[in-house]
Amino acid sequence: MQGDLASTASTQITRLALRWLLYLLLVLFALYYLAPLFVMVTTSLKSLEEIKTGSLVSLPREVTFDAWGTAWSAACSGIKCEGLKPYFWNSIVMAVPAVLISTFLGAINGYVIAQWRFRGANLIFSLMLFGCFIPFQVVLLPMARLLGLMGLAGSIPGLIFVHVVYGLGFTTLFFRNYYVSISPELIRAAKIDGAGFFRIFWSVFLPLSVPIIVVTIIWQFTQIWNDFLFGVSFSQAGTQPITVALNNIVNSTTGVKEYNVDMAAAIIAALPTLIVYVVAGKYFIRGLTAGSVKG
Amino acid sequence: MTPILQIQALNKNFGTLQILKNVNVEIESGDFLVLVGPSGCGKSTLLNCIAGLEPVTSGQVAIDGRNMNEISPKDRDIAMVFQSYALYPTMSVAKNITFGMRVRGIDKQTQQEKLAEVSRQLQIEPLLNRRPAQLSGGQRQRVAMGRALVRDPKLFLFDEPLSNLDAKLRVEMRNEIKKLHHNLNATMVYVTHDQIEAMTLATKIVVLKDGLVQQIGTPAEIYLRPANLFVADFMGSPAMNLVTAQTRKNGRGTELVIERPAGEPLRLLDKKARNLPDRVVLGIRPEDITEAAFGSGKNVHITACDVDVVEPAGADTFVLLSLSGKEVTARLKAETRAAAGESMDFAFNMEKASYFDVESGERIN
Repeated sequence: MQGDLASTASTQITRLALRWLLYLLLVLFALYYLAPLFVMVTTSLKSLEEIKTGSLVSLPREVTFDAWGTAWSAACSGIKCEGLKPYFWNSIVMAVPAVLISTFLGAINGYVIAQWRFRGANLIFSLMLFGCFIPFQVVLLPMARLLGLMGLAGSIPGLIFVHVVYGLGFTTLFFRNYYVSISPELIRAAKIDGAGFFRIFWSVFLPLSVPIIVVTIIWQFTQIWNDFLFGVSFSQAGTQPITVALNNIVNSTTGVKEYNVDMAAAIIAALPTLIVYVVAGKYFIRGLTAGSVKG
Repeated sequence: MTPILQIQALNKNFGTLQILKNVNVEIESGDFLVLVGPSGCGKSTLLNCIAGLEPVTSGQVAIDGRNMNEISPKDRDIAMVFQSYALYPTMSVAKNITFGMRVRGIDKQTQQEKLAEVSRQLQIEPLLNRRPAQLSGGQRQRVAMGRALVRDPKLFLFDEPLSNLDAKLRVEMRNEIKKLHHNLNATMVYVTHDQIEAMTLATKIVVLKDGLVQQIGTPAEIYLRPANLFVADFMGSPAMNLVTAQTRKNGRGTELVIERPAGEPLRLLDKKARNLPDRVVLGIRPEDITEAAFGSGKNVHITACDVDVVEPAGADTFVLLSLSGKEVTARLKAETRAAAGESMDFAFNMEKASYFDVESGERIN
């Protein structure tokens, strides 16, 4: 009896120790991943003077938002010195329609492929899936040619087009996998009730799709907002997205390198995706695991 | 009178696979048709062909005298209840029931009247604002029926509607469907793999196997005079006893000689059977083998058999005998004194015996 007690006590201690070790490791990893953000934020709040004299990891002695103001509206890229503001707007004008269009088309594609089976549906789905794995670089030249033929070269609608086309594979995949778990009897019941293709989509399937719509929007927004290669290839002065502008600001330095402005600019460029995650993050996890839970 | 549903020479292929082969069925208004058969026999496909959810390969489906081959499901004047209930998950019960009417643009007041009527009929009034996920299986089943009832269609189609319910609820809902059929005087087509459901609900049964109609008839016809060995074995629980026998004609009728593992073969005399071939498969229902004391009638043969196993089942006691290399079940009264390993007298009611061809399995009497 006593021996039993002793052994349960010791296993309990071991379990507790392991648990603390686990937490310790998690905290260490969290710190490791947060460190760059910490450096970025503190540096952006320091004056250039302080950056030159102080250490990289020290807190700012005097908090100043001058660098943020400069990054937003006065930083120079090339010969223009108007900050990130116009490019931020470019990115919004590009990303919002591209996200919405690609999500909507993906939903319709997924609906058709999963629920309106037709000859060759699997082949088409495989080809779309294949599209997800084609590296960006491969499509640059053909896409440039196509945009030129369409008269969209160097314009924001051109960028929207590129992102919609490139995103379709992923959005279709998301929606198809979500809809494929829905019993085909649902669509049959709606057909007998008299609803047609689009009515069933609007009234029955879209209301069911909130979690996967959120997942798709987060995914697409992150991809499109953060894209640099398409942005730098298919834009011209005035239509560049923020990622390209950030690059130009950081790389066009005259005289002293303004680390605080660079850091502030980088944070501004990353902020929208961060906000999207914070606002909709819980749906993201829920949506990704939705398929695995049986109602 | 035109039949309400007429299926003529219907064939259905999926690619090169023949699912339904030359199906011909007809029902009148007020009939309750049950399509029954083992899984993969094509019964659900046949129902989908009637509904128009699957196109037919050849032949035709006519509802109320109109050829439906080119008509879409929504214009066939049918309603359907599905195995998974197929309720719209994001809509309330009321919205589920009125969805069809909203799609058709029927005015709000009529919608509300019909909804009230149907929900009273099915006693689902307290559930109208709930979502399907908040309902129990039986309640979902009711809502699915409500969605069908509100259409007031010419034809109700049911695709294994009770198979997701537990045993007790299944019996309850079965009775409700039967009552509904009676009260509405509705015409229903019902798919099931459960032969008890088929027997209890149907006015007409179609037994299917591998896409071929095996037999069409009333429950009594199917039960008493199965058309072949498959139907004999499939319908009825416990199943009909099927044993091979040699036949001998004599002055009083036909004698059936059945091998037994030990001792003399069993000899049964059927006074009425004529013109049987030398070898037949004898089919006899468990309830047609009883204790000698309870068996009476002109064509009853009493003989002694060894009891192998005794299975009391409450209302009845089933006794297994070993004949012709097979277990044969007899259905005795609960208070029987039958004991395993002992011999006792059994009465075989040959009046109800079925005979099948050994080769083809077709009925021959």
